[in-house]
Amino acid sequence: MIEIHNLYKKFGSQEILRGVELNIERSSTHAIIGRSGCGKSVLLKHIIGLLQPDRGDIFIGGVNIVGIGEKEKKDIRLKISMVFQESALFDFLNVEENVGFVLQRYFPWDRKEIKERVRESLEMVGLYHIEKKYPKELSGGMKKRVAIARAIAFRPRVILYDEPTAGIDPIGADVINSLIVRLHDQLAITSVVVSHDLENVRKVADTISMMLGGRIIYSGRKDDLSLCHDERVKQFVSGSRQGPISAQEV
Amino acid sequence: MSRLIKLAYYLGSLVFLLGEIISSFFSRQKKNLLDIINQMIFLGLDSLGLVSVVALFTGIIIAFQSAYQLQRLSSEIYIASLVVLSLTRELGPVLASLIVAGRSGAAITAQISSMKATEQLDALKTLGAEPVEYLIMPRFIALVVTLPLLIVYADFLGILGGYIVGGSKFGMSFGLYFRMSLEALQFKDILAGLIKSFVFAIIIGLISAREAFDASGASEGVGIAVNKEIVRSFIMIIIADCFLTTLFYSILR
Repeated sequence: MIEIHNLYKKFGSQEILRGVELNIERSSTHAIIGRSGCGKSVLLKHIIGLLQPDRGDIFIGGVNIVGIGEKEKKDIRLKISMVFQESALFDFLNVEENVGFVLQRYFPWDRKEIKERVRESLEMVGLYHIEKKYPKELSGGMKKRVAIARAIAFRPRVILYDEPTAGIDPIGADVINSLIVRLHDQLAITSVVVSHDLENVRKVADTISMMLGGRIIYSGRKDDLSLCHDERVKQFVSGSRQGPISAQEV
Repeated sequence: MSRLIKLAYYLGSLVFLLGEIISSFFSRQKKNLLDIINQMIFLGLDSLGLVSVVALFTGIIIAFQSAYQLQRLSSEIYIASLVVLSLTRELGPVLASLIVAGRSGAAITAQISSMKATEQLDALKTLGAEPVEYLIMPRFIALVVTLPLLIVYADFLGILGGYIVGGSKFGMSFGLYFRMSLEALQFKDILAGLIKSFVFAIIIGLISAREAFDASGASEGVGIAVNKEIVRSFIMIIIADCFLTTLFYSILR
């Protein structure tokens, strides 16, 4: 479903991505783990087309999205959606307008159909009767769930989650985790979860990749992660300060 | 030299942004009229109080200053002419634009740069909406429509301020003051003021958007962006006013 070859990205003199190679299967939930600042979110923004690489290719469903025109980019974006780390709900719109944003702009639906889809999407994330509330009236966990409802409202084929459990208490994090699993099963979506939180990642992912220094250094089934012989992966999995990854290195 | 290159780059980016706004205006995406009206209310109507106070007192000050000079020539009757010409040609457009740049332009920059800091601009793009088309274009239209109206309003209030001095200090009747104002005022003065107001509205719209987009993605960046918006808008308005005044002086004499 998603294939990334030899991806490079520099910001100023800082090289963030240094030849990323990644393959994500259709209808799987794939997690990308790594230390904070290792380039996970930058990689995600490349997949959804928010950033353009300096070099390399990104294939989504067989189509290379690097260097495509604005119209094609828009078409691709309607097949992929993203849940941002801080939810990124539009604070000047209420929940209904946030969740129905894409439907209102791009779907030839009437108001009743949009309302119905919004309600259905909110129910899927376990939220009821909050359509008229504004983001400032919601808790962090609720905002995250509304963001997920917004992401699934137009039924994309791929959902990208950027640190979905960051800043949420353990119970709230578990609710989000079970939601990611349930939506994946219910809608047969390909999910990509970026996180540094291994415990939560293990609950949702089928396959895991680990990023370090702008490269993927491990890719495999989640159960095989603890069997990996790479000392860097072992250090990250054990959460130890001692090892080949220095405390300063990102 | 590098400063000159940076300035050229900045001005070029404003021209490019203007092109983007114009092309988004003519795009097939349906326009959100309600949003444009809301922006007109926020950017224009809500500035009325501040504009009223500044315009009224400016009219009073000009009348007093000119009266001081005109008294020596026993020509106090020309207070009205001086007030109306100073306001319509120069002070009305400049003062109202500076107020709007400081209040409404800063609000645009603050809102959009904080949206950038909280990834809302990225979210817009991932949901198929371009920030220029969705956020900037309605605000830009609102500014271009409301600023000229605000300036005409400021001119009237300023003239009224002048009358307060003319009437109370020199015993001029409202009829006389009004007639003297109209006699001094020509269509080209009103036209000059209106052209200036359109240009200043474009300057405020472009700079407030540019600074918001260029803000660093952190809360500290919001404050810096707002500060830059105000300083740069003020400088650009004054420079543009100087150019336009020179131009009108040459062609509208």
